[in-house]
Parts: sequence; structure tokens; C-alpha cells
Amino acid sequence: MTDQQAQNKIKTEEYFINMGPQHPAAHGVLRLILTIDGEIIKNVEPDLGYIHRSIEKMCERDSYQQIVHLTDRMDYLSSHINNEAVCLTVEKGLEIEVSDRVKVIRTIIDELTRIASHCLWWGVMGMDLGALTTYFYAFRDREMINDIFEETCGARLTMNYNVPGGLMFDIHPNFVKRTKDFIAHFKTKIPEYNLLLTDNVIFHKRTKGVGILTREDAISFGVSGPVARGSGFSSDVRKHHPYSAYDRVDFKEILFTEGDTFARYQVRMMELWESVSIIEQLIDNIPEGETKAATKAVIKLPKGEFYQRVETARGELGVYINSTGNKNPYRVKFRSPGFSNLSILNHISKDVLIADLVATMASFDFVIPDIDR
Amino acid sequence: MTNEDLQNIITGLGTDLEFTTEASEFLNVIVPKEQLHHICSQLKSHPELKFDYAFCITGMDWVPALGVIYHLESTELRHQIVVKVMVDDRENPTLDSVHDIWQTADFHELEIFDFFGIKFNNHPKLRRIFLTPEWEGFPLRKDYVDEANMIIK
Repeated sequence: MTDQQAQNKIKTEEYFINMGPQHPAAHGVLRLILTIDGEIIKNVEPDLGYIHRSIEKMCERDSYQQIVHLTDRMDYLSSHINNEAVCLTVEKGLEIEVSDRVKVIRTIIDELTRIASHCLWWGVMGMDLGALTTYFYAFRDREMINDIFEETCGARLTMNYNVPGGLMFDIHPNFVKRTKDFIAHFKTKIPEYNLLLTDNVIFHKRTKGVGILTREDAISFGVSGPVARGSGFSSDVRKHHPYSAYDRVDFKEILFTEGDTFARYQVRMMELWESVSIIEQLIDNIPEGETKAATKAVIKLPKGEFYQRVETARGELGVYINSTGNKNPYRVKFRSPGFSNLSILNHISKDVLIADLVATMASFDFVIPDIDR
Repeated sequence: MTNEDLQNIITGLGTDLEFTTEASEFLNVIVPKEQLHHICSQLKSHPELKFDYAFCITGMDWVPALGVIYHLESTELRHQIVVKVMVDDRENPTLDSVHDIWQTADFHELEIFDFFGIKFNNHPKLRRIFLTPEWEGFPLRKDYVDEANMIIK
């Protein structure tokens, strides 16, 4: 029997396997039900809820100050930005204008958070594709940011530094100096990251042309953040609906049109430079002012609906608060970037290899508690 | 485009539409449920509206009515509106799916089905996405009771 005859005789059959809920490439408890034909993926069906805490329901019984603390358990790598989203919504409802000092400090910490988040993503993206070194490089630098947070906010990950009306307390006296030291250090490290991974031939072969997402699909599926910008969809909330101090800084929205895994990678790498630039513009000019506007001990939002959009490291986070005038909200909805970004996964993973799905997922930068909430 | 201009165009798309901007930063359009799919497809395809980005889809329990809130934006013209639809039947609430207009609705409708029990006609595969298939009740409804896991203050 020739090889050709033997191949014709082999019958193939589609079957399904579970990827997760404890799969290392998912970075959390995400279960994907894959229908596969050999190594080729035919269908991806996410099954969620393994870490669902029903934060939206808990919000309905909590006061507005308490809700802030629940949100940094959603996307724990953008915890400061999540806190800020709720605070901005409550401030919108109360019609409080926070001081310039608060706006600038919030923006600086937002961008530090973004750098820390992108560092972690860069480390684990390399690791998912078999390059373990990136992880240690990235965590070395991310540690410095966590130290700055620890000194100013008292926590390294779930910071809770924002409160409705401003900040919990003023920045630490070392904050400005340490941030500047970090920026000076980090600017020498981004080229090193590029040398290590961005210019690597094996990395190019694993990522270029893999997991292509078109601009039309990105809009229709509600994809946001670096994933959308890798497909040329201008979705940056900081540009289109500026909040805090983003209207007074000069930065570029990074857009790529290829829509593949490498484009999404490049968006985040270049966003690191933009974040550095934003911090440099603000760090020497933190205005004087109060760090917290006066609010009542029991916050009651007026009757109505309040919506605030912010750009986390993963994309657009929306906070919808429906108030009936009580001390608890009637309904809170978090539009999380991860949930909408996950919905595209099946669409762009048809007829690709399982290994390519891992590369695609790495470039999506999922944080599972953000999907599950 | 200002809210008045939006209202003038949208008024012509259907009948019995209600408009309000009270206590909201957006123009709210309340659509009768029979017209939901028709209005939504017009909102996306109309050359002066082009609402192609559904950035938030929220399930609501207004007691007694259930419903869905769609936050829409045009990525080209950059205006935003809110579309609301209500359904009174709590036993068997049914709305038309809009996943063929904005594909993001596919997942968000699954979430709403899971937590509010609203069924969506023409949805490709309606299933419990977060909770287990045998779960009883719909947790984000206001009348949901779970004495073991819920702390009521």
C-alpha cells in the first residue's frame, strides 16, 4: 500500500476536548470546549462562571463607597482604573468636580497601572509561546511599579486608592522621585524587550498572520482596547471621551491595520512608550489642591441613570448605575472589556491549529475575573 | 449630531417611540418590543445614524417589567444613544435577538438570559453561559431568593 492509499483509508472524526478550566495558557479558570479535527479547531465554545462572584448583585446591597472595593477584583491588573470608573460615575451623579490635583494623580497612576499590566502581559505572552526569559525581565520591572503603589496606596495589586470625590489620601513624598526613577529605568528596558522578543524570528513565525481579526468584525463584536486597535478600530476612550487629565496631555492612539497577533503585540509595546510620555508630561506639574472633595458619609445618588466609560489596559470598561435615590444603587452593570473580547474568539479561531489558538489568546490578554465578574 | 436631530430622524423609523433625556446624559429611546429588531437594524443602516458599535447591553428588572438597555455609538459619526425595550411577561419573557445586527449581542444576550431569564428569538444557541444548566431561577431578578448565599441588609 502506498502512503497515498493508506491516507485515503484513514477515517477522521471530529471530537471535543476541554481546554481548561485549569489550562496554563488561560491564566485563570477559563474553560473552552474545543471541537477539533486532528489538530485543527472547528469550534470554540467558552463555558464561563468558574470564578463568577456576582459583583453586580452584590453592588445592589452595598453603599457606593463599598462598591469601589469590589471592582478591583474584576480586572485585578487594572484595579486603579476600575476604581476610578466607579468613582467617576458616582461623581457624575453627585455633580462633584474633583480638583486638578486629583485628576493628575489619577491619570499618572492609571498609566503606571497600564505599564504594569502590559509588562505582565508581555512576560506571559513570551511564556505562552515558549520563551520563559521574558517573564523574569517583565516582572523585575513591574515590581518597581508595585513598590511605588505600595508606598503610596498601601497595597500592591488591589489598591483602593480612589474614593468618590477624590483620593483616599495624598501621594507619598517619595512618589514623584520614585516614579521618575522608574521612568528613566524603564525607558532603557523597552528596547531590551524588543531585542529579546519583538525581533525574534521564531516569535514572528508564531504570530504573524495568526488569528486575523478584521476591523468590521472588531466593531460588530464590540471588541475594544489594544485588540481593536490592532485591527485599525480607533476605540481609545481616552481619546474619544476623555476623562480625568487625558484632555490635557499629548499622546498618540496606536493603530495597526494587520489585525493579526503580531499587530496586537505591537500595539501594546508602543502603548508602553505613550504611557511613559503621558507620565513624563504630568509628573513635574502635579498641581496643588485638595485631595478629596467633601462628600456626605452616606452617599445617595439622585434618581437617574449614570454611565461612565474608561480605558483599562484591556479595553473599554463601562459602568452603568441606575439609582432610585437610595443609598444603594438599584442596578449596576459593568461592561467589561474581557467579556466582549472573548466573544470574538470562536469567530477567528476556525480552522487554525490549537497552538495558534494559544498564541491568539495570549495576544488578547484575558483576565478571567474580568470576564466572569 | 445633537439629541434633537437624532430624535427627529429616529421618530420617522417607527411608531409609538418614546423619547426622554431626563436623568440621563444620553437620548433614551423606548421602543415597543414588536419593533425592536426593525428599529435596531434601521439605527445601524441609516446613513445619518450608523450606530455600528453596541458598547453596552444591560439586562434590567424594573419590577414588574423586565427589559434590556442598549448603549449604542457610531464609530464614524461619534454620537451615542440608549435604546430601551421592556417586556411585561415575567413567566415567559421573550424579545427578538439583535445578534445579527451587532454580533456582540450574542454573548450579552446569553448573560441576560442567564441572569434575567429573558429568552431571545432567533438566538443561535441560547444556553446558561455562567451558571450550571440545572440552576433554578434567575439571580439578578429582584424577586430572586437564595437564603443560603445572599445576605440581605
